[in-house]
Amino acid sequence: MMPFEKRVVPFFHLFLIVISIFVLVPFLWIIAAGFKTQISLLQGEIFFTPTLASFREVLFSRTTEFMDNTFNSLVVATASTIGICFVATLGGYAIERLGTSRLLVHALLGWAIVFHMVPPITLVAAWFPLYRELGLDNTYFGLALAHVAVHLPMALWLMANFVREVPVELEEAARIDGCSTPYLIWKVIVPLVAPGLAATAILTFIFSWNEFAVALNLTAKQTATVPVAIAKFAQGYEIKYGEMAATAALSLVPALAFLLFGQRYIVKGLTTGAVK
Amino acid sequence: MASYRATHDTLWRRIALTPTIVVFLAMSILPTLNLMAMSVNEITWVDGKAVWSYVGFTHYARLAEDSLLIAGLKNTAIFAIVGVAIQVLLGFLLAWAVSRIARGRVLYRTIFILPILVPGILIGAVWKLMLNYDFGLVNGFIGVFGFHPVDWLGTRAWALPSVIMVDIWHWTPFCFLLLLAGFESLPQDVQEAARVDGAGTWAEMRYVLIPMMMPVIAVTFLFRLVTSLKVFDEIYLLTGGGPGSATEVISYTIYRTFFTQDRMGYGSAMSVAVLFFISLAMIGVLMAGKRGRNAA
Repeated sequence: MMPFEKRVVPFFHLFLIVISIFVLVPFLWIIAAGFKTQISLLQGEIFFTPTLASFREVLFSRTTEFMDNTFNSLVVATASTIGICFVATLGGYAIERLGTSRLLVHALLGWAIVFHMVPPITLVAAWFPLYRELGLDNTYFGLALAHVAVHLPMALWLMANFVREVPVELEEAARIDGCSTPYLIWKVIVPLVAPGLAATAILTFIFSWNEFAVALNLTAKQTATVPVAIAKFAQGYEIKYGEMAATAALSLVPALAFLLFGQRYIVKGLTTGAVK
Repeated sequence: MASYRATHDTLWRRIALTPTIVVFLAMSILPTLNLMAMSVNEITWVDGKAVWSYVGFTHYARLAEDSLLIAGLKNTAIFAIVGVAIQVLLGFLLAWAVSRIARGRVLYRTIFILPILVPGILIGAVWKLMLNYDFGLVNGFIGVFGFHPVDWLGTRAWALPSVIMVDIWHWTPFCFLLLLAGFESLPQDVQEAARVDGAGTWAEMRYVLIPMMMPVIAVTFLFRLVTSLKVFDEIYLLTGGGPGSATEVISYTIYRTFFTQDRMGYGSAMSVAVLFFISLAMIGVLMAGKRGRNAA
């Protein structure tokens, strides 16, 4: 007789396939909806003649701002990712090595956790009046800075974890050879934590790209990011369902690209610290 | 270690820590203090200039009677606890199943990760269409079995369960991912020993897997609970807190008070209260965790 484990494997697959269908169907449906005409969509047709009209409208029409929104998202996500990688690598290294007092480390990491638990909307409420005063609202810098602040706790946490894995002996050897601290960080630490840094960067980029609550309130027309644009579509008096679906389908592209080319790093970033 | 400590570079420690401390100071501590100051003032805009007038703690006194805020707190609690409990349970089953199969692991993982990477607002848009009364796929699907279409997001009874359902769809994959990493890090020999001793699947689950997975389960639950309490994007698109206050959540209440009603003083008081209770809850959870570890 087959062992029990072997016999149930087909049931595991059945269970996983059913769940996979549940996960995939909404995505397939929204992509299909992007290729439908408004009428076909509203009638809930399953079989339809695909049309590119919605995509054309979103990408090339005179009134569309999708390209501008994409550009804005790219600028903000790239800037905040670079900023976070810089701050978190230095910060993570200082927290783990360099003999920073334990009290300060606990204060920093503790505050990072509290800060991470707070709904972003309370932070926006706190930033908004200051931003207005300083003229930072509706600027790339203002939004990128806000994204750095929102995602720094996670990045700091990750980088501290990755730096901890670097053997102290390597640093000692470099020190004995007369390596100065900045040189040590750049030539020893950064290369050794590179995979972790990549994981942090990819996650930061994705989270910044996806972020909505902060972007909604700190941007206006010129700096609105893709999520803000998607929300706009859904809220007009007459919802253009086809264009909304096409925009949604297009904004899936970065997630798919990261999933195909950077999955290893995404998994590493999301699971670090949870499993010890 | 001692010799290494002696080489510590105080100057560079300060330089390396400066960016982190500056971001924390400028973007969290300073704004929080500003928020506290605003919460005891009424703020009006005159010719584009903010005019503050001190009102003491009247905003805080009013919080306790704000029915929308109370509805928001209640719904957030239900949303987070019910949603996360189901997500962890489902994620556990999925991770267990994936850890037991030889082929197709990476494929399943790839599919399951997708919802985590997609903007929350996009999830809202997709499900707004999926749950549409007239042409949504969900009503089409239940129609096949002879059920009448349901106005998922527009009726009081269905709105909150629907929103929780969307959150389960969105975040079960995250639980799955953490728990799968947990399963993969379990020592194989203990499981083999249990099997050699004749433990069936159920006994192995009950006496080996669940106890060994408990720390990961707890972390997953906490991680998700924290993000779940912050929910905003999906609610913003799906229901806007409605119908009535059926899906009002705390982030949305603050957003509305602060940004659409322009009641900055009162909104600040609300934010400060939320900050306070979250810090309190955080300390409580950490203490409970510590006691749990000491007892174990």
